[in-house]
Amino acid sequence: MKIIVCIKQVPDTVHVRIDEKTGAMEREGVPAIVNPYDLYALEEALRLREAHGGSVTALTMGPPQAEAALRDAIALGVDEGCHLSGREFAGGDTLATSYALAKGVEKIGGYHLILCGKQAIDGDTAQVGPELAEHLGVPFLGFVRRVREAGIGRIVVERMTEEGADVVESSLPAVVSVVKEINTPRLPSLKGKMRAKSFKATTWNAAALGADEARLGFAGSPTKVVKIFHPEARSGGEIIAGAPAEVAARLAEKLRSLGVCR
Amino acid sequence: MDYFLTEQQMMIRETARQVAREKIVPVRAELDEKEEFPWEVIKACAAADLFAIWIPEAYGGLGGGILDLCIAVEELSKACAGVAVSYAASALGTIPIVLFGSEEQKAKFLPDVASGRRLGAFALTEAGAGSDAGGVQTTAVRDGDHYVLNGTKQWITNGGDAEIYTVVAITDRSRGPRGASTFIVEKGTPGFTFGKKEIKMGIRSSSTRELVFTDCRVPKENLLGKEGQGFIVAMKTLDKSRPGIGAQALGIAQGAFDEAAIYSRQRVQFGHPISSFQAVQHMLANMAIKIEASRALIYSVARYIDSGAKDYSKESAMAKVFPSDMAMEVTTDAVQILGGYGYMRDYPVEKMMRDAKITQIYEGTNQVIRNVIGLSIVKEFAKRAQA
Amino acid sequence: MTTVRVLSEQCTGCGECVASCPVAAIEMRGASALITDICTACGICVTVCPVEAIEMEHVAPAARPSAPSHGVWVFAELHHGRLVGVSRELMAAGRRLADRKGTELTALVFGAAVEQPARELVALGADRVLGAEHPLLELFHDDAYVEAFMALADGQHPEIMLCGGTVLGRAFFPRLAARLGTGLTADCTSLEIDAESGILLQTRPAYGGNLLATIACPDRRPQMATVRPKVFPAGAADFSRTGAIAIRRDLDGVIRSRTKVLEVLEEVVQTVNIAEADVIVAGGRGMGAAENFALLEQLAKALGGAVAASRAPVDAGWVPYARQVGQTGKTVCPKLYIACGISGQVQHLVGMQSADVIVAINKDPQAPIFSVATYGIVGDALEIVPLLIKALHLYKN
Repeated sequence: MKIIVCIKQVPDTVHVRIDEKTGAMEREGVPAIVNPYDLYALEEALRLREAHGGSVTALTMGPPQAEAALRDAIALGVDEGCHLSGREFAGGDTLATSYALAKGVEKIGGYHLILCGKQAIDGDTAQVGPELAEHLGVPFLGFVRRVREAGIGRIVVERMTEEGADVVESSLPAVVSVVKEINTPRLPSLKGKMRAKSFKATTWNAAALGADEARLGFAGSPTKVVKIFHPEARSGGEIIAGAPAEVAARLAEKLRSLGVCR
Repeated sequence: MDYFLTEQQMMIRETARQVAREKIVPVRAELDEKEEFPWEVIKACAAADLFAIWIPEAYGGLGGGILDLCIAVEELSKACAGVAVSYAASALGTIPIVLFGSEEQKAKFLPDVASGRRLGAFALTEAGAGSDAGGVQTTAVRDGDHYVLNGTKQWITNGGDAEIYTVVAITDRSRGPRGASTFIVEKGTPGFTFGKKEIKMGIRSSSTRELVFTDCRVPKENLLGKEGQGFIVAMKTLDKSRPGIGAQALGIAQGAFDEAAIYSRQRVQFGHPISSFQAVQHMLANMAIKIEASRALIYSVARYIDSGAKDYSKESAMAKVFPSDMAMEVTTDAVQILGGYGYMRDYPVEKMMRDAKITQIYEGTNQVIRNVIGLSIVKEFAKRAQA
Repeated sequence: MTTVRVLSEQCTGCGECVASCPVAAIEMRGASALITDICTACGICVTVCPVEAIEMEHVAPAARPSAPSHGVWVFAELHHGRLVGVSRELMAAGRRLADRKGTELTALVFGAAVEQPARELVALGADRVLGAEHPLLELFHDDAYVEAFMALADGQHPEIMLCGGTVLGRAFFPRLAARLGTGLTADCTSLEIDAESGILLQTRPAYGGNLLATIACPDRRPQMATVRPKVFPAGAADFSRTGAIAIRRDLDGVIRSRTKVLEVLEEVVQTVNIAEADVIVAGGRGMGAAENFALLEQLAKALGGAVAASRAPVDAGWVPYARQVGQTGKTVCPKLYIACGISGQVQHLVGMQSADVIVAINKDPQAPIFSVATYGIVGDALEIVPLLIKALHLYKN
């Protein structure tokens, strides 16, 4: 079974600090990591390879430093890494990104299954997976928490819903996005890290992919950012002061007058 | 401080550190409380290829040396000595095969060890044979194509959970020190059973059990080396593995020291963090000095062994004795620095103090090891006097 | 469109802007900085420049659509044959946008039987409802939904399309956006029509919720957006309203699916879904121990609400992850959020700061939670909460 996993290198947003006075984001020392959800996708791909044989290829679109993400994937045991790199890819929204990835997937070819993480923690849109499926003309199964069966032409998964899950069967190839409930990602192994050391990604630009540059990057993005701003600080807060019993009583009164207590 | 590790050693350190941080620290208190064998953590170590470190490449290993092994043990020990000893004891139990095994034996047993699928254990100690290893009573009598083993081994680390045991038994009592042989015995062999899991002061997640051999028939192909080499195998194995115990003690001490240093800055008394009091600073200074000295000793002895040295019993013994005595002191001081909190089970240092004690006792008590060092010194100076 | 440029005469070459750019779009060229075209116009460099040498001009993007389009469409989702909550909320939002644009509001609904939901959609403000009935539409099959849409939309060009940010919506709408070759913005927290250009301005959290971004889709149509449940208020149904309902039942040849739902696993919901609660009582590290959450249970009971937590109690194992509010947990938008012993780190605030009323109880008067609190009490939650419960009980009696 040939599996392609789409991964993304992202800033670790848990550690991003915003300076309250200037609104500037402190980028120094914010590490770049493999998008956490993608680690679950990589793990699932490796488990499927262990069960069914075949190969796992990691694919990423990003600036030159994104090769480190592919290296991390190799250290986990992935067989190959492909890097879509070039100015023409930069600044793309999800439509442009999913188009680029689709061209990358087609270039790799011969695949049975494409896995990706539910969403990237910097963009948070969860759109690239389904859009990628549409570009490739294959089904999309999202929010998958378990792969029940997988074969060359068929897959059965549990897809999370608001109330529980659907058990869904699909033809392959298909794009599957996974959630954290699906597995526990392994840690990179020593042998994997040694392989990663000598790893060189297969790098492609738009020309190598035969991609239409008008559909890539900033130019190929129908959505544009108009502005980015600080959420407005809530104001008008009131401190209730006094002895504890008094303070509690006053708060209870306010809550009652708001109609929030029965 | 830079220890001038090779790239492979730095990778090992980073990998073991990650396993320790993500897989061991969150569960160590529970493992200690419940005295459960840390199978999940062992699996994580296996997946990270840590068990491959001391196995030659031809058998699926990384072909690493003693320093590589010590680094892994040190990092795991910082998190939990019980987990670390389960890992290190597997090395102890299978290094005899690496050193003395035939091609067939290595090919049969080592790949599973490298992958972490099967753990090893080393079985020398008996009720009557601790420091006095010559007092071994377990016998192995040749019968056709088998040896029949009878006897009981005591306090074997990984006993019951390991699958591959290297067992020292007497094959010919009349030959004295040349009367023992070493056998590879697999779990599940008829006549090979285990005693109860011992209830210990520390390293509680580690399994310590009696091994009971009752007319246990072991194929002759499982004899390691030649008949009569039993004690040689044991001594050579211990010479190689003693720095690993030093590394375990070092890791425990480092972990305890880190907790104490962090705490001393947080704890405020008399309006100041206690780290500002000279009494505490001197304690921390002494702890740090002893730790660095231990590390320097262990690393340099390990490098010496890895360089292909022939005779290193004395150095190897030193690399076990000094760090283990140091670890007992450092962990006791760590508890002291944490004060009342240090005594409470909610805080990790009391466990580290309980864990440290065994490093002064197993793989040779520090007293018998000093005998080894003393004897070696006397021989050395005797030789010099003759020259 | 927004242009950001460096006034090179004023630039001192200090490089602050280079370090601050989240997408590394600024380079030093000789003595001054240069902004390259991967700039996303976030404006951070403007604030950071110590000599005000960077200038940003906001111009609302001119609408340059490829073909004329009109109308606001809302995709309404059914569950067990009934409209889900977020669809009701979107009908209200869609009605507001349609009124602003002076156009029609169309609702789409797919399922096995959509007559009744269609009538409810009219009552919720739809001028027109396009429905599709087919067995494959009863549950979500992405092929079938896309083909059904293409069939219903044949020849029409909506200007704006909205859908709930549900599991279904987040799989269906992106697929559809890629089919239509247009832009989609997910998880919008506000939707407005730009006064000058008439285009849809879609605002959503960015960089893990630390900032907000306003997105537009100036050139392509439809402009598509998804919205999470409980972000917009639902409208009231007025069954005296009238609207045109057209349901297609002839899609057998058109709809097919490469996927098939074999089974629906409806799992017993073991804990209250805190995202649905109107009142939330949350505890942080300041609660001290797992046992003290029992106090919060009592308070929640008195208020008819649910108990939640910031990250620290979850990491400490006092409370299960399903109750975690914050960047790595759930985002909630209740009427009332009471934060007990929570300091209010930004990673927590992004999960709850849009609550209507926020009450904060914390020993530390400098705690950041007080900057978002409607009512703040400086004190020990372990002391105040029991007194509050008592006071509330007094009101009951």
